[in-house]
Amino acid sequence: MVRLSSPQELGKYRDEILSKRNPDQSLITVCGGTGCHASGCHAVVDAFKKVLHEKASGNGIGLRVTGCHGFCERGPLVVIQPKKVFYQKVKPEDVPTIFQETVLNGKILEGLLYDHPVTGEKIISEEEVPFYQKQRRIIFGNNGNIDPTQIEDYLAVGGYQALAKALFSMKPEEIIREVKKANLRGRGGGGFPAGLKWEQCRNAPGNIKYVICNADEGDPGAYMDRSLLEGNPHSVLEGMIIGAFAIGSHEGYVYVRNEYPLAVENLGIAIRQAEEVGLLGKNILGSGFDFEVRVSRGGGAFVCGESTALMASIEGNVGEPRAKHIHTVISGLWDKPTNLNNVETWANVPVIINEGADWYGRIGTEGSKGTKIFSLVGKVNNTGLVEVPMGITLREIVYDIGGGIPDGKGFKAVQTGGPSGGCIPESMIDLPVDFDRLTEVGSMMGSGGMIVMDETTCMVDVAKYFMNFLKDESCGKCTSCREGTKRMHEILTEISEGRGKPEHIDLLEELGWVTMEASLCALGGTAPNPALSTIKYFRKEYEEHILNRRCPAKVCRALLHYRILSELCTACGRCAKVCPEKAITGIQKTKKEKGKPFEIDPVKCIQCGMCLETCKFDAVEVE
Amino acid sequence: MTHSEIDAIIDRYKGKESSILAILQDIQAKEKYLPKETLEHVGGRLRIPINKIYRIATFYRAFSLMPRGQHEVCVCMGTACHVRGAQRVLDQIKLGLGIRPGETTKDRNFTLETVNCLGVCAAGPVVAIDGQYFGKMSSAKVDGTLKKFSSDKKKKEGANGKA
Repeated sequence: MVRLSSPQELGKYRDEILSKRNPDQSLITVCGGTGCHASGCHAVVDAFKKVLHEKASGNGIGLRVTGCHGFCERGPLVVIQPKKVFYQKVKPEDVPTIFQETVLNGKILEGLLYDHPVTGEKIISEEEVPFYQKQRRIIFGNNGNIDPTQIEDYLAVGGYQALAKALFSMKPEEIIREVKKANLRGRGGGGFPAGLKWEQCRNAPGNIKYVICNADEGDPGAYMDRSLLEGNPHSVLEGMIIGAFAIGSHEGYVYVRNEYPLAVENLGIAIRQAEEVGLLGKNILGSGFDFEVRVSRGGGAFVCGESTALMASIEGNVGEPRAKHIHTVISGLWDKPTNLNNVETWANVPVIINEGADWYGRIGTEGSKGTKIFSLVGKVNNTGLVEVPMGITLREIVYDIGGGIPDGKGFKAVQTGGPSGGCIPESMIDLPVDFDRLTEVGSMMGSGGMIVMDETTCMVDVAKYFMNFLKDESCGKCTSCREGTKRMHEILTEISEGRGKPEHIDLLEELGWVTMEASLCALGGTAPNPALSTIKYFRKEYEEHILNRRCPAKVCRALLHYRILSELCTACGRCAKVCPEKAITGIQKTKKEKGKPFEIDPVKCIQCGMCLETCKFDAVEVE
Repeated sequence: MTHSEIDAIIDRYKGKESSILAILQDIQAKEKYLPKETLEHVGGRLRIPINKIYRIATFYRAFSLMPRGQHEVCVCMGTACHVRGAQRVLDQIKLGLGIRPGETTKDRNFTLETVNCLGVCAAGPVVAIDGQYFGKMSSAKVDGTLKKFSSDKKKKEGANGKA
């Protein structure tokens, strides 16, 4: 590998890479994101390798395993260049035909194309798929074009150009001014202006300063940081190097969740490659600026996403937050000035430097500029990662991009902001999504999880779920958070199990207030949100549980009654076979006998729902 | 794990005290749990009091102080999986294996764990067994999926027996 020691050499090297690549040459790209892994992209890649080896060795047809495309619902995804034919739900058996017909003969296989959900029309290219049409993929867009383990791929799409610009034609103060002007706000949840943070850290006294990339993506239901680190790690590194140069730091850390092994691996490869070509380490691009990056793996503690807890964890201590009387930009990691930003925030930096703050400022709303990546998950047709301009409405996200709710069910709420966020009800679906508007309605942006809930989601159960999570993840330092979350969880459990009392709702609100006011860090300060926001918007549902002992969404097990409708029961006996409590009896039909409809013994029934899932005739009813 | 193997891990991190988390993670990955003796040796080498090591080992979910089963069944309890019925899947696995999360079956074949989110939300409910993802799970699919791993073991033993 070459070693680059000036911006001119970087430019030359890029030209060299591009000259070797023929844009008209056939290239097979397979999405290698974790979503596609779960649906079996490995086997598809192996099948392509086999076919290429057997039939096309030496004729220049390329195979590239890329980062996540975002449309995880339809994985494994395959795109055939140069025509950009987009195939979805590809199986290993399809590979020989794809190779023969599409790659060699240029024919399109209709069966593997995406059908337009409304018109039923076959869609050939990825950009025309409605899921992508309303998106603005300035951060996430390159994921599908590059192999994250090849630095050449990132350089070919213009990678590290922003770094060269920052190092050689901008002063550190100018970089900070540009980031401030772009009004880049922290994508990890807080929304604090990044430029301001950088400036404070630069001006803090001391020679040793640190920059940290927070990749401890603990919010359940959010995985955009994972996909960025796995799919385009160099963009995050480039942002960090620019930030370090602006702040005057020579050492950085990336703190990654241990649950993300592929992200750790790809990031490690990216760091090694960047060091080899002289884009990281000593004397970057011959500028005289030194910067090193180390990777720290987390230990599976949610609280470590909080900045001071994260720093304690890097230092080799338990991850407990501390009071921020003195901010971390003055005294953070090992008591030195430290600037921490989240993965997505860092990935925004090269874009701002390349395109300029004015260009960036034209995307988004007054107070929130640029785009935000959301993970659109839960009860929605097109689950996946979506990057949208700030200010887009919830309706556009859920219906136009997400394709609405599956099985014709009704939309109920969207939960944003992770465990500390809140539930936004259907009446607010036209709300423009940005930092300030979400906070106004009692939720928050958080790291960008967006969990869609339909009429079969119980809001008491959702509040109980989050409170269970928070009680487990509370580090235990503040009594208000440690005990408050536990007691709130107990009350919610009482309600969901049919022992709720009318005064419980007031008690929850009071406990919530105390927890919020008396806890040190943001985890405790926002912990009551799931309970408070569901009470605010779905009070009736709570009352239904408490006063009538009913769960309208049919989720809370203790309040359910299963029975078999004799007129629909065909006496097939499947339910009796799967019932773990042997609570279902009847006479199974045979070739000769008609059998007798089955019945559930309510005393023995444990409401596990196995019969409901197994029955093919909709004969099991829940009340 | 022998002392020289532990020392090799410690040396990889240049014996730095701040690398304690990474060292314990590497031991956990190899041994699947943190044996008491190993922790004592690490404490001695790094000059960290044993109570501090235990504090770290019990604070982070990634560590286990008990021996683990051959296969780790990890049920994702993330929000996206939760609204799609992860609790029912977990209940069924608990019933099938007869253990609660954090426990290991008597035959040491399975350890059951829950995780707050695996980040594979589109495929939810997700269960990961030995790092292999099983997406779109339902309580009805649980027994068949677990069987793959219990018979797996028996098959191997059978093959060894023949050889």
